[in-house]
Amino acid sequence: MSETMTGAEMVIRALQDQGVEHIFGYPGGAVLPIYDALFHQDKVKHILVRHEQGAVHAAEGYARSSGKVGVVLVTSGPGATNAVTGLADAMMDSIPVVCITGQVPTHLIGSDAFQECDTVGITRHCTKHNYLVKSIEDLPRILHEAFYVASNGRPGPVVIDLPKDIQFKAGSYARPVNNQHKTYRPTVKGDMDKIRAAIELMANAKRPVFYTGGGVINSGPHAAALLRELVRLTGFPITSTLMGLGAYPASDPLFLGMLGMHGTYEANLAMHECDVMINIGARFDDRITGRLDAFSPYSKRIHVDIDPSSINKNVKVDIPIVGDCAHVLEDMVRLWRQTAPQQDMVALKEWMGKVEGWRARNCLAYRPSAETIKPQFAIQRLYELTKGRETYVTTEVGQHQMWAAQYFKFEDPNRWMTSGGLGTMGYGLPAAIGAQLANPKALVVDIAGEASILMNMQEMSTAVQYRLPVKIFILNNEYMGMVRQWQELLHGGRYSQSYSESLPDFVKLAEAYGGVGMRCDKPADLDAAITEMINIDRPVIFDCIVDKTENCFPMIPSGKAHNEMLLNDYLGETGTDIGSVIDEKGKMLV
Amino acid sequence: MTQMSTHYPDATRIEPVNRHTLAIVVDNEPGVLARIAGLFSGRGYNIESLTVTETEHEAHISRITIVTTGTDSIIEQIKSQLERLVPVHRVVDLTITGDAVERELCLVKVVGKGDHRVEAMRLASAFGARTLDATLTSFVYELTGTTEEVERFIKLMTAVGLVEVSRTGVAAMARGADAMTF
Ligand SMILES: Cc1ncc(C[n+]2csc(CCOP(=O)(O)OP(=O)(O)O)c2C)c(N)n1
Ligand SMILES: [Mg+2]
Repeated sequence: MSETMTGAEMVIRALQDQGVEHIFGYPGGAVLPIYDALFHQDKVKHILVRHEQGAVHAAEGYARSSGKVGVVLVTSGPGATNAVTGLADAMMDSIPVVCITGQVPTHLIGSDAFQECDTVGITRHCTKHNYLVKSIEDLPRILHEAFYVASNGRPGPVVIDLPKDIQFKAGSYARPVNNQHKTYRPTVKGDMDKIRAAIELMANAKRPVFYTGGGVINSGPHAAALLRELVRLTGFPITSTLMGLGAYPASDPLFLGMLGMHGTYEANLAMHECDVMINIGARFDDRITGRLDAFSPYSKRIHVDIDPSSINKNVKVDIPIVGDCAHVLEDMVRLWRQTAPQQDMVALKEWMGKVEGWRARNCLAYRPSAETIKPQFAIQRLYELTKGRETYVTTEVGQHQMWAAQYFKFEDPNRWMTSGGLGTMGYGLPAAIGAQLANPKALVVDIAGEASILMNMQEMSTAVQYRLPVKIFILNNEYMGMVRQWQELLHGGRYSQSYSESLPDFVKLAEAYGGVGMRCDKPADLDAAITEMINIDRPVIFDCIVDKTENCFPMIPSGKAHNEMLLNDYLGETGTDIGSVIDEKGKMLV
Repeated sequence: MTQMSTHYPDATRIEPVNRHTLAIVVDNEPGVLARIAGLFSGRGYNIESLTVTETEHEAHISRITIVTTGTDSIIEQIKSQLERLVPVHRVVDLTITGDAVERELCLVKVVGKGDHRVEAMRLASAFGARTLDATLTSFVYELTGTTEEVERFIKLMTAVGLVEVSRTGVAAMARGADAMTF
């Protein structure tokens, strides 16, 4: 049944037909017809953000915590350019987002009209795909296709640039029977011969390790369940990237913690010493591999990824399997059960012994203090006091982000949202708003740094307006801590521009926004303060004053291998002169 | 920290760089060429030649032929990255499928008198070039051939008064009965 309606009405109808309940947006001249169509209905609820970057991050948080596609609506020109950072973020972290941007009327495109910018040109390389709609006939198809493209295959952001005259034009809309793209069909089922070869390699492994990533999360909760089953069947230890945390329960004895630049000693050494590496949904990012020519020198590698371009990009693998994690894991579990392989239990036992030996180093230990709150301690207490609740954690970018990844233990997928690929300061608060909207009953905490939070602080207004009781837990060290750490290690302790000479009073700031402000600076008061924060049913800014000069360890310095990790000097492993550890070549890297 | 016994594999191998001809079947929609050209520039790949025209008008399908250079792993990446683009249907590496026919067309304008003019005519006929335009002082020749033939022709013509060149870039197709569909 097709109906006649305007382009703007089609937008709203298509969103309804896609089952979209919430969109994040900000109005302007070039999207007024769509806002008008929005006004006449109440199925699709609009969340008014305070900056378009916030809209995209909120949509990301919404998508990641719910498994749905996040939807954004912004105006042309500055609306679109403000959204770019969010789009690039979603691109890097493979988050399904559909972003509708207004555009000047078609006859003005190219004339440098008011608030015109080449949105499809600007976003071409930071979206999975984008469309400029030039005729009303194409609009229904494009609207639905965008959802298909954003969520199928390796997910990512899709932009629909919609000129204002098309929004006014009348055309016929019919809900498509299927909204597939006419040719785009990502491979989801893995090649069985390759999977068989992988199982055989795994069956004969003496020093195996699972290395899993965000792909498992993106593949859905089913993939995480299958991963757990496969790990249980094989008995292999498992480590995860920053993006993959929660796919496997952190409390399980086989879990080695996060790997990579700030990963655990046991995870990185297991990667370095293993003979069989099973990469499921991770992409050999440089934060993970460290020095490439020294990366995991003894291993045969299996790589499961839905994106063929991730395979053999940075690291050569022996058994590439293109497919969706859940599909491939299902085949792996079935095949492992069928073949019931005779594992080399002696070798595996010896391997686990070695892994336990590394774990016994207790690499996350830090020097405790009764006077100042250690940032690690703050995260540990936050974790302990929220354990057992339905808790979602987002972060900003910096040391606090790494401490959150190290000390907060995630038991389930979709509970942890952080900007991994792009490393976008300002991600956490809007993402928390999105996560809270998708999970109204849950506790949502943005673990923040005092510098990062200021990048999208304005979204506190959004939280207050929609009564979203997000908790902003600031590890306030008065420094751009991660920058300060690198300056200490690489630039002779010359702390150029990394100290915040002037910070707002976060308690007053919270109150000014209409939220609740709290401050804590004594370890002894921390538990009570955190408990109080949890029990407040309103947005809270918790200003947690922490040790200003604590560094984040372990750390693999740039240009170094997994077995050249720096540990906390508390463990008596490194002298004070760690500046000499990184050579000139390493300093070139970031 | 404890010194682990380690062994580093050889430093990143220096791999040979090869020339590959890729045939890419795409939806002929606005911006598709920008996407492909942008992919090459954005990721630092080389384009030696690029040819594109709509080949299936009904289905709005274009065929793009790109000649590129890179190590084997770079070529692999180029193909995977191209396949990742939503409007790209398929990418065929004609250099790997083997023995493709490759042709390009060039137009050259030669200006001169006397000996140069005579020599230009001789060269043109030796190469089998067609004369598309002639005046008392100039010729425009058309030559279709492999890139190497075209290069040689242009080089020789330069010596006898070549003033302008226009080339189409490579069009290529695999030999044999198997057809590349979309
Ligand atoms: C938008 C953006 N600008 C700059 C950076 C570089 N950067 C990475 S971490 C960091 C410091 C963050 O400071 P803070 O939020 O206080 O976190 P801390 O490291 O102190 O925990 C900076 C500037 C970035 N990641 N993102
Ligand atoms: Mg800080």
